[in-house]
Amino acid sequence: MHLLKYVLDKRALAALRRRQEIVKAGLSRRDLIKLGLLTSTGMLIKEFRPPDAWAQFGGGGGGGGDFQGFRLCNSPATTPFMEQMPIPPVNVATVLSPAPQAAPNTAAGEGRTLTHQAFNTFPFQKQYAVTQKPGTAVMHPQLPTQDIWGFAAGTPSTAGNPTAPGVTYVAKYGEPILVRNYNQLPAANGGFGLNSVTTHLHNGHTPAESDGGPCMFFGTNKFYDHHYPNVLAGVLSTHQAQGGDINEAMSSLWYHDHRVDFTAQNVYKGLHGHYLLFNQFDTGDEGTGFRLPSYPQFDIPITFNDKCFDPQTGKLFFDLNNIAGILGDKFLANGKIQPFFPVAARRYRFRCLNTGPSRFVQFFLTKVGDPTSTQKPKMWQISNDGNLLPKPVLVNSFRMGVAERVDVVIDFTGFSGQSFYFENRLKQTDGRGADGGQVLGAGQGINQMRFDVGAPAPDGSADPATQKFYALPSTTATPRITRTFEFSIGQGSQWTINDQLMDCTDTRFRVQKNSVERWRLINNANGGFWWHPIHIHFEEHQVLSIDGHAPSATELIQNGRKDVLRLEAGTTVDLFFRFRDFQGSYPMHCHNVVHEDHAMLLIFDIAATGDNQTRP
Amino acid sequence: MEVISRRKILTMLGAAPLAGALLAQASEDQHAAHQEQGEKRDWADLSPRQTLQQHFFPNVPLRTHENKEVRFYDDLIKDKIVTINMMYTNCKDLCPMLTANLARVHKLLGEHGRRIGRDIHMYSISLDPEHDTPKVLKQYVKVQKVGPGWTFLTGAPKDIEFLRRSLGYEDPIPWRDKNKENHAGMVRYGNEPLTRWAMLQGMAKPKLIVELIESSVFA
Repeated sequence: MHLLKYVLDKRALAALRRRQEIVKAGLSRRDLIKLGLLTSTGMLIKEFRPPDAWAQFGGGGGGGGDFQGFRLCNSPATTPFMEQMPIPPVNVATVLSPAPQAAPNTAAGEGRTLTHQAFNTFPFQKQYAVTQKPGTAVMHPQLPTQDIWGFAAGTPSTAGNPTAPGVTYVAKYGEPILVRNYNQLPAANGGFGLNSVTTHLHNGHTPAESDGGPCMFFGTNKFYDHHYPNVLAGVLSTHQAQGGDINEAMSSLWYHDHRVDFTAQNVYKGLHGHYLLFNQFDTGDEGTGFRLPSYPQFDIPITFNDKCFDPQTGKLFFDLNNIAGILGDKFLANGKIQPFFPVAARRYRFRCLNTGPSRFVQFFLTKVGDPTSTQKPKMWQISNDGNLLPKPVLVNSFRMGVAERVDVVIDFTGFSGQSFYFENRLKQTDGRGADGGQVLGAGQGINQMRFDVGAPAPDGSADPATQKFYALPSTTATPRITRTFEFSIGQGSQWTINDQLMDCTDTRFRVQKNSVERWRLINNANGGFWWHPIHIHFEEHQVLSIDGHAPSATELIQNGRKDVLRLEAGTTVDLFFRFRDFQGSYPMHCHNVVHEDHAMLLIFDIAATGDNQTRP
Repeated sequence: MEVISRRKILTMLGAAPLAGALLAQASEDQHAAHQEQGEKRDWADLSPRQTLQQHFFPNVPLRTHENKEVRFYDDLIKDKIVTINMMYTNCKDLCPMLTANLARVHKLLGEHGRRIGRDIHMYSISLDPEHDTPKVLKQYVKVQKVGPGWTFLTGAPKDIEFLRRSLGYEDPIPWRDKNKENHAGMVRYGNEPLTRWAMLQGMAKPKLIVELIESSVFA
């Protein structure tokens, strides 16, 4: 359609040219940083701008740190660390009636329209019921009780008050499950949210009809059966004899609403939860396998997000009319604003997840009362996007865009009686992205939660310094095709991917099942330095290069197997994919859920034969 | 684009976070003091509709292309299902395409049995109120062959500016924000009594736009 062709913004071209001129002049990165012309992540400082003077919702807020900027909220003040961080409940298996079936059970009220493609190949061994319904939550004792939507265990007749994060799934490789997902959400939304939903398992190796794509939504008073085979990639293709490629094993997944145009609102309202996947190595028992800290006592899922509360009513507030990206001024862990969490003086595994809606975070451990102290527990990053790295990496901090997951092992041994914050020190003043990757000084960021170290406890987990996990799958295979995707802001501030707009009613290109592809993602920074956490459903990718360089494996880790790529302003990233085993429609989109809803998203197919579009 | 000196940058980088942290600390200290005194807060009893109205839908006076005076919230939004976009008649490239695309949406909605102007209201608000008088808009409606039940609106520049920002047609980057054409692409759509609001791409396929409207805001 010729109407949808856009030209590059003149200013963006000028910025690119400036960049090229500097490169030509032979100035090194170091020179530029020294001269103050480039930030450490490669952003030309010429684009640096002071905080916007205008902010409809005031600015500041009681959260702490330098967070003045665009359309910030102005929540009521709250005293930090008043409540303990809760851990979401776990779902238990049940027997569903009517029994699940391969074809959609339309007569019984199922909203699914496609037949399960692997129902007989991987027959479910366990059945779960979950109900999406309204409920209440105390996010902070100084704020009124909040109205949320959440996932509660059970059917509509048995489900109790939902939580946000919702009920956790504890799944195992080799044990396929079926989740019957009931929609009991009301038309009255309390100000935002839509009771038409689709639940995505991020990032399960899941057949398309159970994946929960944005356009596969179903209405209230209906249910949807999701078949989760819990199989390793390669199970029906490259590694049939071994039951899949063990080096593709995943650990920390999550699920969330993905309804087109309403994802940000519905997730903000509470429609998200954790999904843990164990196997014979990552066993949940510190006496066996990799000997990671035992689940559930010492293996703790934590959802981080930030929210706004109306200063007059004290109620959860969603800035419906913010299309740049929403930054909250209240900072939550597992649904509580700035909670504390008691730990024993031993090792813990924390499965960290950032659900946004828009903020990038970078957590450091900071000693309470002495922010610059170096006497603090060791922190090992063991996974990237919930997939175990080849071995633990000792880190000072870790960074997460929206939807990214990082598992860390923190060793509190020897710190009894002391307390430490998870301090987010990544500066961000508007929804576009972190401010050039600038990290604030210790003690100047946001203390999102606090660990209080108690008495020592027996610790049977392995020393991370000695641990080894999975090797990285080879990326040397020749791709069938290289495709390029350019993320940009087009005319009238409409997001584009390769100059095209979103379309639910059509798929953009066709990947050949069981083939290797190389994707080049370009953030051309057209119109002003946006960061995009790009999520590609279904298969984990590996980053081959970022602006021609190998991805970092030490600090701000970008290597390993991932499903969300932090596509920072002005960067070009090459990804390696194998699309295996299943087929159907899957999306690629920005997981700044505000960008996603305004519709930085495309849908592709995996099918028996692929097409040859290099810039689809 | 403004050029900022290195010294100024360093000043901002250095001083701003500290000031912010101090302010936040002061606020927390003050709050803790209130807490110790056992202060109870009185929260306002506003319905979700009222909260949304306050934040997003100012009741500014506007003029239609028929030169009728209306209030934005009371007359255009309240109790209605609507689409809202922004445009201006002097925008040569994007706006005519956008209006043409929305005209296809108008037609398709009609084919779905929706009565435009009754079941759903379409509004186009001028970003250039000084030039786009009701008379100019009326001419535009005629030339663009805009169907019935679709209202073009203008008003006092300061009201339009406030409305633009309230509706979210704004950009965090000042030079981008100044370019009117950057605000003439997205379409807000919603159901006021049900407090359901979202935004879609105005140049998306009309079929998709209609599907999104039908599945999201019609109860």
